[in-house]
Amino acid sequence: MDEPLVRWDWIARNWDNGGPTSVKVLLENHIVMAFVPVIAGLLIAIPLGLACARYRWLYQPTVGIMNVVYSLPSLALFSILLSVTGLTQTTVIIPLTLFSLAVLIPAVVDGMRSVPDHVRQSAVAMGFQPMRRLTRVELPIAVPVVLAGLRVAAVSSISLVSVGALIGQGGLGYLFIDGWQRQFYTPIVVGIVLVVALALVADLVIIAAQRLLTPWARRRA
Amino acid sequence: MITFDGVTKRYADGTVAVDDLSLEVPDGAITVFVGPSGCGKTTSLRMINRMIDPTEGRVLLDGKDVTTVDPATLRRGIGYVIQQAGLFPHRRIVDNIATVPFLLGWDKKKARDRAMELLERVGLDPKMARRYPYQLSGGQQQRVGVARALAADPPVLLMDEPFSAVDPIVRASLQEELLRLQSELHKTIVFVTHDIDEAVKLGDTVAVLRVGGKLAQVAAPADLLSDPADDFVREFLGRDRGIRRLGFVPAKNLALDPAPEGVTPEGHGTFNPARDSLRAALDAALLSPDGLAVAVDDDGRVLGVVGQAALVGAARG
Repeated sequence: MDEPLVRWDWIARNWDNGGPTSVKVLLENHIVMAFVPVIAGLLIAIPLGLACARYRWLYQPTVGIMNVVYSLPSLALFSILLSVTGLTQTTVIIPLTLFSLAVLIPAVVDGMRSVPDHVRQSAVAMGFQPMRRLTRVELPIAVPVVLAGLRVAAVSSISLVSVGALIGQGGLGYLFIDGWQRQFYTPIVVGIVLVVALALVADLVIIAAQRLLTPWARRRA
Repeated sequence: MITFDGVTKRYADGTVAVDDLSLEVPDGAITVFVGPSGCGKTTSLRMINRMIDPTEGRVLLDGKDVTTVDPATLRRGIGYVIQQAGLFPHRRIVDNIATVPFLLGWDKKKARDRAMELLERVGLDPKMARRYPYQLSGGQQQRVGVARALAADPPVLLMDEPFSAVDPIVRASLQEELLRLQSELHKTIVFVTHDIDEAVKLGDTVAVLRVGGKLAQVAAPADLLSDPADDFVREFLGRDRGIRRLGFVPAKNLALDPAPEGVTPEGHGTFNPARDSLRAALDAALLSPDGLAVAVDDDGRVLGVVGQAALVGAARG
């Protein structure tokens, strides 16, 4: 058998074949299911992280709960949610949002803790009111640490989406199951390459954003 | 004028940080709060701009109890310099300096122009305006900290161990710079330090506090050195009080003898009676092999000489 590792004609035929499992559609679904949780996670993690940074007693319990959630197998969470949200993207998006929270809440807390005390004190002494101090001084200084967490959350979310293929919502993960069932490697290789490329692009975009947003922190890079 | 009127700060756990402090801080002069850690000097300072409120007593700013003023409004009218400068790492130097003008709602251009003016005033290159704090040395950052505190031209300046985190040479130059600025600006400055030498060098008045937040003595530096109120102050002042006190006695009243034939500034210790202290004159005498301190004027011309015996006599007053 002279089956090549990659059959280019398969890619050409299946990239955009109009069906629900064309590679293009799978990629689009993958992007949605990977990024919605990260964005939602960030939006939830900022207020929760701020609360944890402010009320220290909240921090340990919150991190404890998030770590327990993080330790749950994603497939188990998908199965539990199936009875509520069915075979939809939501069933994948909700657990991945929880996973991204487990990374992003500590990132926000660490970011707030990265604000040096003398900087916070001097902001108070200059006459910043609390809200303005938060938005103009503390949050901007926390950005590099939060973005570092965001990189981890984004990459792990992109990779975890594939597991959703087991409940029929896995984006590019479908290619792994399809290829494995048919002992046909081309979809598997295409899936791996696209997932890695997606992760790489997401990471580069966040790094670029970091450079742009925090030119003052370049020494840490 | 700032007045502490029977001010006590007691924390929930019973710790007394400041104990019945009554003190007047005169306008246009530098008042130094000095003492070992735990003496309540920083707490006292922070009660002026309401970063801490007193448990008992009142702090008055120009006769008005500060606790009746909105904290943010009060603070924008009082300059504050903190240890390690506390610059905002994410803002360029010019915008760091313009912080309070921005908070006060000044026009952007006016605020930045003012910042540029202050940058030069504290002895920094205008080119630094576009930099970020991490690109500056510790001493330069501290100068920016002073410029920032002065930006809205507040009459009162609070300085909390501002020069403690820099090396001794930089510290000395920052101290000189502060004295030079103060001679032009005449702000009411409250300066906190644990370093008695710094206190004596900078203060027009020095308030020594002891652990437990009790005021031990308030005096001009020379009086503090010559007449410490008790053993605590004496010990805190440390060694060489006699010699150090001479640093506050001007040398201009010394009777000069005509310089003997062949005595030149070269090979002798010299002092300038117009500006130096008795301490400098005595030092000059000790450095000269023949024991004569040579007095010179601004242009280096020899005015006369003083011997060690005459200097010791003058030192006894």
